Amino acid sequence: MSLEIEQQVKLLQEQLNQLQSKQAKDQISIIVFSGDLDKVLAAMIIATGARAMDMEVKMFFTFWGTAMLRDKNKPVNGKDFMSKMFGFMLPKGSTQLKLSKLNMGGMGTTMLKGLMKKKRVASLEEMVTTAAELGVEINICEMSMDLMGFKKSEMIDYPHLKYCGVGTYLSDADESRVQLFI
Amino acid sequence: MTAEDLKILKSDKVVDARGTACPGPLLAAKKAIGDVQTGQIMEILSADEGTKSDIPKWAKKQNFEYLGSIDEDGIYRLFIKK
Repeated sequence: MSLEIEQQVKLLQEQLNQLQSKQAKDQISIIVFSGDLDKVLAAMIIATGARAMDMEVKMFFTFWGTAMLRDKNKPVNGKDFMSKMFGFMLPKGSTQLKLSKLNMGGMGTTMLKGLMKKKRVASLEEMVTTAAELGVEINICEMSMDLMGFKKSEMIDYPHLKYCGVGTYLSDADESRVQLFI
Repeated sequence: MTAEDLKILKSDKVVDARGTACPGPLLAAKKAIGDVQTGQIMEILSADEGTKSDIPKWAKKQNFEYLGSIDEDGIYRLFIKK
């Protein structure tokens, strides 16, 4: 009889361990698909805010989002024609992003940046610096970079920068309590 | 705590986040709380009304006691006990 109970306790323990290992962490996963200034701003505000709330933050930059992680001061050589074209047409770094609405040939973006300064909202560049200090992890989709012809040598110097694929996102998302696609 | 209680409360640390908008005050509070000992009182100054909603939630998550806030001409003074 007591052997039976012992076995049952063991079984329960195993099941409990299994459940606990599957429990989501106090972590947020944010996919940044968009390369629009307004949307990326929202993503960075949430990311830094989440660190203040002591959450782990994993950001995944993919598709148009990857362009903002380029460093405009880093020269790149050895690109083929299409990569050069893409590189030329897409924003080189966060300062070149535009609004998704009311851009008006760049006028709207300039106006918004002026307003942000006036209302003391941190700029996107300041937010990236803060995110680095706070330990926000930035993952860049390798495939998107390859597609657009971006090279690792032209990406920003960010302390928690990694290159990954969809598997990394999924595994991190699986462990996150909050998930966003921006 | 009532506003009168809070007015005479002595803060051990004051964080001035009036110069920043969301999420500035939250980040400032997070940065400063490390210098505060358990049982001590921290005061956060903010010009952003959203802070009034954010700080109590932040405090709850971090297991700090939120004591209340005072509005003074568009400046919000929020009190936390670590």
